[in-house]
Amino acid sequence: MGMNLTLKVWRQKGPEDKGRMVTYRVEDVSPDMSFLEMLDVLNERLILEGDDPVAFDHDCREGICGMCGMVINGVAHGEQVATTTCQLHMRHFADGAVITVEPWRAAPFPVVKDLVVDRSAFDRIIQAGGFVSVPAGSAPDAHSVPVKKADADAAFDAATCIGCGACVAACPNGSASLFTAAKITHLGLLPQGAPERDSRARDMVEQMDAEGFGGCTNTGECTAVCPKGIPLDTIARMNRDYLRAAR
Amino acid sequence: MTATIERGSATAPVIPPEDVPAKKAKAAGAPARTAPPRSGGFLGSSSGKKAVMAVTGAVLVLFLVGHMAGNLKSFFGAESFNAYADFLRTMGEPIFPRRVLLSLVEVVLVVAVGLHMWAAVSLARRAGRARPVGYAARRRSRASGYATHVMRWGGVTILLFVIWHLLDLTFGAVNPAGWDGTPYERLVQGFDPSRWWVTVFYAVALVMVGLHLRHGLWSAFQTLGLASSRSYRPLRGVATLVSAVLVLGFLAVPLAVAAGVIK
Repeated sequence: MGMNLTLKVWRQKGPEDKGRMVTYRVEDVSPDMSFLEMLDVLNERLILEGDDPVAFDHDCREGICGMCGMVINGVAHGEQVATTTCQLHMRHFADGAVITVEPWRAAPFPVVKDLVVDRSAFDRIIQAGGFVSVPAGSAPDAHSVPVKKADADAAFDAATCIGCGACVAACPNGSASLFTAAKITHLGLLPQGAPERDSRARDMVEQMDAEGFGGCTNTGECTAVCPKGIPLDTIARMNRDYLRAAR
Repeated sequence: MTATIERGSATAPVIPPEDVPAKKAKAAGAPARTAPPRSGGFLGSSSGKKAVMAVTGAVLVLFLVGHMAGNLKSFFGAESFNAYADFLRTMGEPIFPRRVLLSLVEVVLVVAVGLHMWAAVSLARRAGRARPVGYAARRRSRASGYATHVMRWGGVTILLFVIWHLLDLTFGAVNPAGWDGTPYERLVQGFDPSRWWVTVFYAVALVMVGLHLRHGLWSAFQTLGLASSRSYRPLRGVATLVSAVLVLGFLAVPLAVAAGVIK
């Protein structure tokens, strides 16, 4: 006695296709399935019927890789707070529900196929400054370089960003500020990243702009959907570092 | 029974989008150290424009505080209000000739409004380009409140209001007392109960100003990098308080005139 659902899914054959919403019925869905497993069930049926299965990104399916992500009923990764799409379970939906499934929408994230978007813009933001240019060598002795506990905690919080792109999808301005700020905060708070703090902020912010992402208007929509709960004050830190670099 | 699964387009090689801008391709290829992707410098960047927005907004908030305090002089009668209006023109004398300091303030305000609008329009256009295809499902706000989502149209409303306001009480063009009336006469006749629609328009516009400031005030601290997770609550509290005081302070005068308290 599974659930019966109606899915409205964005179908787009390729980057050049115009794309459209297509309605599917999915029957006998177990409430214990994840959202992606529910899509797997739909895809098995589509394949058996000779149709093209719905393409979507996924990898670890345990909420740590950042591959999966779709806008479910208008909310990036769905209604469940601090959860990736793969960790969203069907028990959070009502039997007979109509569910809209769309890809991340942003010009710098062009749709590759169906729900798959090209997020290499994020890679180029990282390439612009999301690294530490010191010979890393082996792990240093503990306490050889003291780091304040509060800084270590904040850096770690920022480092939990998995780069899924939900922040961009949820932002009314299509801004990548939360992603960029998470990387700037993560590296800038630690002694190894401190020497490049200014140039990093400047280069990453300007690459973010060059990719065509929007600016931040502090709506907080990003942090509300972030599966890792990256806090909004990382963006304040990004702005602070950027202004320091511009001085 | 065995189902034969054809190699469908899901597993076929994907052709990458061809329209990758040259800037992106260059940035991807070249090491960032040697060729930082300069995209128009400080004022060309989203963070730089936001900083301009924050600083000019702060100037305008300071102006509003002074403007409101001056308005409240009208409760002390025509003499007090007109003397204050005259002071604005004579302040700085004798070092500065009549109206020089006031003109300087006016120039600063016009520049601030201009830069604030330039940053807003530029960022709004950038945001529009960043999402050419919208969502089919109505995207529900998961954060913040109403104030955040009326910044742009609220700003347009405030601009229209300011134009009317200048024509009404500054230049007297749409005011019964006209250019030749004293400031107090323009005030009292402008908000006469027979012109109730003017008072209603002012009230609506002032509420818009309040909403604009409710988001803008704390947002300016965030944009200038002065906020942190610990200061969000107090900052939002102060933003609400300052917005409420300004709205009530500004509303008090036209409402008092309409009610016949100031006459």
